[in-house]
Amino acid sequence: MEFSELIRTGQAQAELLRGSEAPPLRGTLCVTGHHLLLSPGAQATPDLWLLLLRSVDSIEKRVEGDSGTITLRCKDLRVLQLEIEGVEATLDIARSIEALSSLESVITSFPFFYRPKSLRLGDAWHFHPPESYYKRVARETNAWRLSEANEDFSLCPSYPRAVIVPRAVNNDALARSARFRQGGRFPVLSYYHAPSGTALLRSSQPLTGPQKRRCAEDEELLRAVLAGARPGAQGFIVDTRSTQAAKQARMTGGGTESKAAYPGWKRLHRPLERGRPLQESFVRLVEACGDLEQSMDRWLSRLEGCRWLSHVKETLSTACLAAHSMEREGACILVHGAEGTDSTLLVTSLAQIILDPLSRTMAGFQELIEREWIQAGHPFQLRCAHSAFSHARPKHEAPTFLLFLDCVWQLGRQFPLSLEFGEGMLLALFDHAYASPFGTFLCNSEKERCLCEVRTRTHSLWSGLNQPKEQRKLRNPLYVPNPSAIWPSVEPQSLRLWQGLFLRWTRPPEPSEVAWEKVWQIVTDQEKAEGSQPTVSASEPQP
Amino acid sequence: MEHIRTTKVEQVKLLDRFSTSSKALTGTLYLTATHLLFIDSHQKETWILHHHIASVDKLALTTAGCPLVIQCKNFRIVHFVVPRERDCHDVYNSLLQLSKQAKYEDLYAFSYNPQQNESERQRGWQLLDLAEEYKRMGLPNSNWQLSDANRDYKICETYPRDLYVPRIASKPIIVGSSKFRSKGRFPVLSYYHQAKEAAICRCSQPLSGFSARCLEDEHLLQAISKATPANRFMYVVDTRPRLNAMANRAAGKGYENEDNYSNIRFQFVGIENIHVMRSSLQKLLEVNGTKGLSVNDFYSGLESSGWLRHIKAVLDAAIFLARAIVVESASVLVHCSDGWDRTAQVCSLGSLLLDPYYRTLRGFLVLIEKDWISFGHKFSERCGHLDGDPKEVSPVFTQFLECVWHLTEQFPQAFEFNEACLLQIHEHVHSCQFGNFLGNCQKEQEELKLKEKTYSLWPLLLDDQRPYLNPLYSPRAPVAAALEPNTVSFNFKFWRNMYHQFDRTLHPRQSVLNIIMNMSEQTKQLEKDLTDLESQLNKQRKNKHTDGVLTKELLNSVRPESPTLKTSLCFKEQTLLPGNAALRTIEGSNPADNRYSEYAEEFSKSEPAVVSLEYGVARMTC
Repeated sequence: MEFSELIRTGQAQAELLRGSEAPPLRGTLCVTGHHLLLSPGAQATPDLWLLLLRSVDSIEKRVEGDSGTITLRCKDLRVLQLEIEGVEATLDIARSIEALSSLESVITSFPFFYRPKSLRLGDAWHFHPPESYYKRVARETNAWRLSEANEDFSLCPSYPRAVIVPRAVNNDALARSARFRQGGRFPVLSYYHAPSGTALLRSSQPLTGPQKRRCAEDEELLRAVLAGARPGAQGFIVDTRSTQAAKQARMTGGGTESKAAYPGWKRLHRPLERGRPLQESFVRLVEACGDLEQSMDRWLSRLEGCRWLSHVKETLSTACLAAHSMEREGACILVHGAEGTDSTLLVTSLAQIILDPLSRTMAGFQELIEREWIQAGHPFQLRCAHSAFSHARPKHEAPTFLLFLDCVWQLGRQFPLSLEFGEGMLLALFDHAYASPFGTFLCNSEKERCLCEVRTRTHSLWSGLNQPKEQRKLRNPLYVPNPSAIWPSVEPQSLRLWQGLFLRWTRPPEPSEVAWEKVWQIVTDQEKAEGSQPTVSASEPQP
Repeated sequence: MEHIRTTKVEQVKLLDRFSTSSKALTGTLYLTATHLLFIDSHQKETWILHHHIASVDKLALTTAGCPLVIQCKNFRIVHFVVPRERDCHDVYNSLLQLSKQAKYEDLYAFSYNPQQNESERQRGWQLLDLAEEYKRMGLPNSNWQLSDANRDYKICETYPRDLYVPRIASKPIIVGSSKFRSKGRFPVLSYYHQAKEAAICRCSQPLSGFSARCLEDEHLLQAISKATPANRFMYVVDTRPRLNAMANRAAGKGYENEDNYSNIRFQFVGIENIHVMRSSLQKLLEVNGTKGLSVNDFYSGLESSGWLRHIKAVLDAAIFLARAIVVESASVLVHCSDGWDRTAQVCSLGSLLLDPYYRTLRGFLVLIEKDWISFGHKFSERCGHLDGDPKEVSPVFTQFLECVWHLTEQFPQAFEFNEACLLQIHEHVHSCQFGNFLGNCQKEQEELKLKEKTYSLWPLLLDDQRPYLNPLYSPRAPVAAALEPNTVSFNFKFWRNMYHQFDRTLHPRQSVLNIIMNMSEQTKQLEKDLTDLESQLNKQRKNKHTDGVLTKELLNSVRPESPTLKTSLCFKEQTLLPGNAALRTIEGSNPADNRYSEYAEEFSKSEPAVVSLEYGVARMTC
């Protein structure tokens, strides 16, 4: 396919209005295969303005007289306006943007063409989370093994090639268990909590169906989990659906574990919102945040009505419940909902941040996202196809990953010294999950990424983020390693709207940014002052 | 003392309203002449000043004992369970008596001594000087002068003695105008903006009724606009909603008729009255106290209480004031009904927006001294210091502090003081521990001989400023001039650290402010050490004969503890008011403190209490 077929016009004269964030820009507008360019001419200071077309969420055109206006709403929630000379040019450019921003093909997407000078291809793809994480687990216990039963993705298309499973269970049993679980997602280890010797597992729902089918190998697998933990350990199955919804799922072949079949395991239902209601919640919140004129009452009632903070609270509570049961009750936890690719991952990944100090470091957090989201088969391509502005009826879109980032932000606000990364990191992850020049968030599963050769043909986001020049933006200057678990407060009074994200483009950012700069300055001053102490005593004049 | 029937009750349980009910602290309750003291089994002390108690409720008897709920004016709510009903009844009755005093002389301030001698006491009262403050504004000048009309409180009892008025306003005009204004509170200067030569003036509503007018009052307003060279118009801002102001006309009061005054632009800004504010706060506190509050109930409660709407209205009015002066160089006259509640809020916030001096710690206290204390905000009635009319109680000053807090949130570098300073002031406005806020006006304060019999709060805040300073403050930042806050609705947030000051489980477990404060202090110290060492080096170089001694000396003077300081600070629980640390109960970060869900029923075995306690201690000391 050629991009040139989709580009209706080469260029046009235009003026770009960027709201309060920056002064308007005037120059030559140009549509290329992946970008919208605005060149203000040779003498201007910012010589080129560039927008990745993939980040356009919705486009609105209006013509008036012999000029037109295009409003671009981006996936990072920014709203841009282009005043273009010429009606034809406006319509052509609008059509080109529309066509190019909604291309579905992965291998023609920008990451496959992005070749920055500072990075080498294949640099940070050395992340092999299941393998590297297994090394950590193996140091603590030998109850688990790394299984390559899914080497050719035949057991489960959404799992990576290698998964960590109880040592006592062989590959044949895994295959049977996989057949008993939706999408083949049999229970695998997500996190091993060494201090209490308990395990956090995730899977999808069992396919019990209306006949209440059972699977001996699946039962055996969960029995082995308890046997591998401390003696007498019990297990909790955290189902992220309501009791009602879990029962209803039987009609369509799904269901939930029966008590009799899994001795030692207790089931808890913690309904978490997912799918369309979650997407609608996101859309309504963003709508409310865009209205600068509304009264206080209207704002508060919209904030309440969109229910976003309720979702944050529910998600954090469930993650805390899982973490609490592991640390305090010494229980093993299995988390699943229906497919086990959305709210399940929210719970398991947040529980790890609460319990595991390593996952709160920059490297650990990246590893966590790679392992618990990307390789665990969260369908990024489907979930992040559109952000909050799309007019299209949502199909598979859901801001699950954003909800995760918001929960992490809440943790960071309550424990401002305990996360090595700052708000900038979370914002960058949000932006890149929805539209990115890097290949990290492409595709829906490891299998698809293998087919598209993402690892060899695109750059990894992590190598982009780990460049020294990005660090000041992404790191938390006040970080001090905190060896204990961080238990957040989930009372509504303690949760706050993530203004840095939802109001990023509407509120004037200056004062808080200046203050942040000041914090950095104080920290570096302090380090400098501390650093210069020993030098003085070292540079004593020699006799 | 005669009110105290029982001084000590043992085996009392203290429940935390935001924890699971299984985790109650058991301890002993002591009743002293001034405080209620609870010491739990870990020897942790919880002190509650009797004057802080807003209400005491005895709930229905349960199997565990008799519950006693105490709500405080600083928004602390404690829930005791007393094993024997008799004891509970005694404590309840004693507290009812002790928390409501009939006479000023029985208040804590008259017996409290912060270990200061007589000269220190006097120094405390002389720390802030309003005459000095007017001089700082550039007064008197060719347009404004000090009037001695109210020297003996003859014209207006609730005004201070020293008042600034336009130079051309003669005494008969002032007297005439004061007769036309409610409570005699005629238009006087509150703040003078030197660069714009414009003033913020304040007064009470005119007694205009439906048609009455007063030539002297019209002349006085004209004199104010004549004293403003840049603009012949002046704004008259009535801070009440239009409807309320109109209703007042039927009672012979009301607002200025634009036709009678030659140079005014009249404007309503619609801030509700003290009764609306009181019930709004009441609703807010009810919502916050709900057990197991959901996010939706919280926000719908926040909305229906209207609290943030009122805060926004007050700030909007202040912004109007500041704009009139900055943009149009016009003077503004502000009034409400009596000119001591909404007027005080709007005038003081307007000045705060205009003048960077008021954003320093000292300046802020001067502002409170000037616009609130000296101009007769009725602190004793509004805060219910004495057993009086509950309808006079209203959180007007709390709202002012909250507006300031919102400004500090929006301009993190513009204020020299921090949140702890606001909370400390709020604490002592209600504590009756210092004399500053007792009485309802300056005349009453003088009659109470507060300066001889009580101590001033200001030394507490000004002598050891460290805990109250904002480490990010940078006076030379571009915001140093007039602040232009954005009052779009989503900039207003619930002030958790005020209304849940004592519910430690709701707070962030680590404080950025303290860590930064410590860091910048440490940096300063290290830099100082560095220069000391360098100068020492230079000195030694000059007369280099004792090399051996030099090395030793240098090594000794390097502070050995400095590198470890950084890490040791991090996991200490931070209290908001370091000055009052003993008054607070401190919680570790403990999952049992948070109601993640009511899983207690679902899990067969409950959590062993010992583990969580050990954990809590470990958490605090690691």
